[in-house]
Amino acid sequence: MSRPFTTLTSVAAPLIEDNIDTDIIIPSREMKTTGKTGLKDGLFAGRRYAEGRVENPDFVLNRAPFRDAAILLAGDNFGCGSSREHAVWALAEYGLRCVIAPSFSPIFAGNAVRGGVLPLVLPAAEIAALAAVAGPLTVDLPAQTVTGGDAAFSFAIGAEAKAMLIGGLDAIDLTLLFADRIADWTARNRAARPWVYLGSA
Amino acid sequence: MPSLFDKLWDRHAIATTEGGATIIAIDRIFLHERTGAAALNSLAAAGRSVIDPARAFAAMDHIVDTLPGRSDVTTMPGGTAFIRETRAACAAAGITLFDIGDPQQGIVHVVSPELGIVLPGLTLVAPDSHTCTQGAVGALAWGIGSSEAEHALATGTLRVMRPPTMRVTFTGTLPPGVTAKDMALALIAAHGAAGGQGHAIEFAGPAVTALAMEARMTLCNMATEFAAFAGFIAPDAVTFDWLQGRRYAPQGALWDRALADWQDLRSDADAVFDREISLDVSTLAPMVSWGTSPAQSLPLGQPVPAFSGSGSRAAHDKALAYMGLAEGQSLAGLPIDAAFIGSCTNSRLSDLERAAAVVAGRQVAPGVRAIIVPGSSAVKRAAEAKGLDAIFRAAGFEWRESGCSMCFFAGGESFGPQQRVISSTNRNFESRQGPGTRTHIASPETVAASAIAGRISAA
Repeated sequence: MSRPFTTLTSVAAPLIEDNIDTDIIIPSREMKTTGKTGLKDGLFAGRRYAEGRVENPDFVLNRAPFRDAAILLAGDNFGCGSSREHAVWALAEYGLRCVIAPSFSPIFAGNAVRGGVLPLVLPAAEIAALAAVAGPLTVDLPAQTVTGGDAAFSFAIGAEAKAMLIGGLDAIDLTLLFADRIADWTARNRAARPWVYLGSA
Repeated sequence: MPSLFDKLWDRHAIATTEGGATIIAIDRIFLHERTGAAALNSLAAAGRSVIDPARAFAAMDHIVDTLPGRSDVTTMPGGTAFIRETRAACAAAGITLFDIGDPQQGIVHVVSPELGIVLPGLTLVAPDSHTCTQGAVGALAWGIGSSEAEHALATGTLRVMRPPTMRVTFTGTLPPGVTAKDMALALIAAHGAAGGQGHAIEFAGPAVTALAMEARMTLCNMATEFAAFAGFIAPDAVTFDWLQGRRYAPQGALWDRALADWQDLRSDADAVFDREISLDVSTLAPMVSWGTSPAQSLPLGQPVPAFSGSGSRAAHDKALAYMGLAEGQSLAGLPIDAAFIGSCTNSRLSDLERAAAVVAGRQVAPGVRAIIVPGSSAVKRAAEAKGLDAIFRAAGFEWRESGCSMCFFAGGESFGPQQRVISSTNRNFESRQGPGTRTHIASPETVAASAIAGRISAA
């Protein structure tokens, strides 16, 4: 269950580099507990802090007006690398609810939808146009548009991901509606391919 | 007409959701102590249980130390909690855990195939991006996050949009000394780290069927560095011979039945893919990465390239600055501070045998820290039975317990800032092996030869 996502208006912080990996988003050393919280201070830690954990003034999130940005503009293959969902949890906890990139790692995109962060795909040229907008952007998920200044773009998103984000839905609850079909399928498969199943049951 | 992917997918498709996702049956789920406790604790907190614990497994690999005499206490600050919470959560859920001290402990993607937990035709998921490694036996195996791990544990399924398909055909014959690792790096260097974007990728062609089983795992391991949804190889006699008799593989009449079922796990001659690419391996050379993405790799003899126009100039310059390199510089002969052989990519017995053949009778260069971390406790025992540990120790290598070890930095051991490390691992990302550490990824034989020379060198 995540926070529902409908529309979002915010300045957009530009971090337009390809292959921003999940080690950059949240270094492994910042994942200090087995829980899902306490991660926002570790977000982009390697870039955000200089020696002694003082803020690096060059990093985009340490500069006005991007410190409180809820939208991040990025390059190709955002979220590649480790599957750690902590990357999404850290972004959401910091307040970044939408990442706009030309492409995402498939694991990151799946994690983002589960965690209430919209992975929004636009071509690089349109992202560059959004980066040139001086004021805030508005992301409208139901309408599938991003607008701001003179820029207005529409984006595609799968119906499943859209419904999950808008509803803040729990995927397990939704799948358990299929519990009878899953049980029937499993019984048939067990008869056909018994080696798949280990132990008794 | 159907491809191998179509067959794997259709065997597991239970239903279609309103949003167009498939509810896909998950045959195996594997956890580790980095994210296992998070998933199991969250599941329990929601009042849910594991639907079939007999098909769920866990191993201690990410956080546990690989130093001799290890225990629950770790060099990573706070690591003990990950170990103990995972142990308790697995016990409560009835999940088999390959714990510290268990003879089967090791890296998930080494242990699972070696125990026959992954099999041809199965679906297997783990909250670990390198789960694609296990596609090498003809399974559909992919990495997921913690939430999806909870979903798979609770329901025995995942909701997945059917990915597009790609076939990567490797033609020709590998030159001597060139390996599956070099094939993977050459592919990613040619097509980019996003080149496989979200595709289910079948690796095929004569150069793939010629690979031994463990080399196939190395190739599939790097599919995630290519942004693939999954990577897999059609199972054949090499696969079946390698798996037969393993602990969790079917035995006796059940093996015969499974074997008959697996014969169909190959793409039909007229199978259609959304994308097809091919690469001739005959002219490949040992590859080494120069930058901070696996795509920034080159044949060992070539100079660091000038900016080519793909990606951004700033990113190119940033990678060079991070790595302490200049355009036009040769990697061959570059002095190194450390050499690391391990990880789910290249830590199996055959990897260690090839590295030992390079090292035998020679000495690690003065000032170079050289480390070998077997991929599993079983690999460690097998290597010791063959005397490989003696070869490595005599040369000056550390011989470790198994685990992920220094492939990634979690706050414990590191190589140090600006230290140049040649590593048989999969990621040369900024600070992956420690803050500021400069990682060059390569095959185990290239790492071994470089450790001896004290400079980046081919075997």
